[in-house]
Amino acid sequence: MIYDVVIIGSGPAGLSAGLYAARARMSTLIIEKEAAGGQIATTDEVANYPGSVENVTGPALVSRMVEQAEGFGAKRITDTIESVDVTGKVKILKGENEEYQAKSVIVATGAVPKHIGCPGEKELTGRGVSYCATCDGAFFEELEVFVVGGGDSAVEEAMYLTKFARKVTIVHRRDELRAAKSIQEKAFKNEKIDFLWNSVITDLKGDGLLETMTVKNVKTGEETEIHADEDDGTFGVFVFIGYDPANKLFEGLVEMENGYIVSDDNMKTSIPGVFAAGDNRVKSLRQVVTATADGAIAATQAEKYIEENFEE
Amino acid sequence: MIELNKENFEEEVLTAEGTVLVDFWSPSCEPCKALMPHVHELEEKHGDKIKFTSLDITKARRVAIGQKVMGLPVIAIYQNGERVDGVVGDEATTKSVKELIEKFC
Repeated sequence: MIYDVVIIGSGPAGLSAGLYAARARMSTLIIEKEAAGGQIATTDEVANYPGSVENVTGPALVSRMVEQAEGFGAKRITDTIESVDVTGKVKILKGENEEYQAKSVIVATGAVPKHIGCPGEKELTGRGVSYCATCDGAFFEELEVFVVGGGDSAVEEAMYLTKFARKVTIVHRRDELRAAKSIQEKAFKNEKIDFLWNSVITDLKGDGLLETMTVKNVKTGEETEIHADEDDGTFGVFVFIGYDPANKLFEGLVEMENGYIVSDDNMKTSIPGVFAAGDNRVKSLRQVVTATADGAIAATQAEKYIEENFEE
Repeated sequence: MIELNKENFEEEVLTAEGTVLVDFWSPSCEPCKALMPHVHELEEKHGDKIKFTSLDITKARRVAIGQKVMGLPVIAIYQNGERVDGVVGDEATTKSVKELIEKFC
């Protein structure tokens, strides 16, 4: 069958697009790679999405979005798209399991966490190095933890980790945080949180588990080795230094800027019938609230595009 | 899928003969929970060649750390009690888990 709209990605942008598309009675398929939700699925608390008051967790918000989109008739499927042919009138998406055809495509593939890029990082992932506090926080009960980054995610996740860790040190390459002021205030008040300013991690070492890291002061160039407490044997490094757009599929096909898809106010990309929504496009604010807005606009524009380009 | 805990980990994994898969997970690990149904599917297909087990790390944190597991998800393969292969973190996808399991069939 040829779907009216196929959405790649099931984070807030994709689910919102699915909800709007299905509600407009378009045949709608949402393709998700692994789990629904994207980055937000591993976020403990979503305090800045309007209406999500009283400790709404990321997973709770996502499951409501899924329920709502499916309630209007959007179909969800798990598959990994491996290649696309989107230049023709009917767009073809080749997945690991199946091939899909669509009149319009909404690319809501989101972004993936950036890595530090230092020696030892890859080998020690899951052995002390982590990118997901809700997944791995419990391992670090009564241990010491370092959080890399200075934005909202880094500081919020650092606070979440104080539930488990004995001490949490935020390692930031500047001398002040970039996180929202209200989040900063909470962090400065938290007795378990300490700061290492003007610092970056340049090396991670350990036999089996993370044992030693090298921290470089970017102002003085001085390098310091930090070892795990002898009784602990290990410590944690949680990395929240931003995200890379997940646009590999569309490289060389649609116009991009620094890896992000260029789209207009109507989420249109450089290819007719292909729309972008969420963290993977050029924009100034990447949040759940802007992702869902993108999704709604993309779906509405996809409907318009189909009306204009396909006869009944 | 055999549920592991502090008491039976040694018997089911470390002193077990043959190939054992251990799915390390926790209730707050969304990527782990997303993988779980795929692992169950693979168990139905290959359960005769590999013993499928899972360990909720919140119930046996020390056991997991003893196995050098300090991050999730981890799908590990043990042969005669030795960890011989596995996928960790972002690398644990439906595809990589399938490939991992097929290597040992």
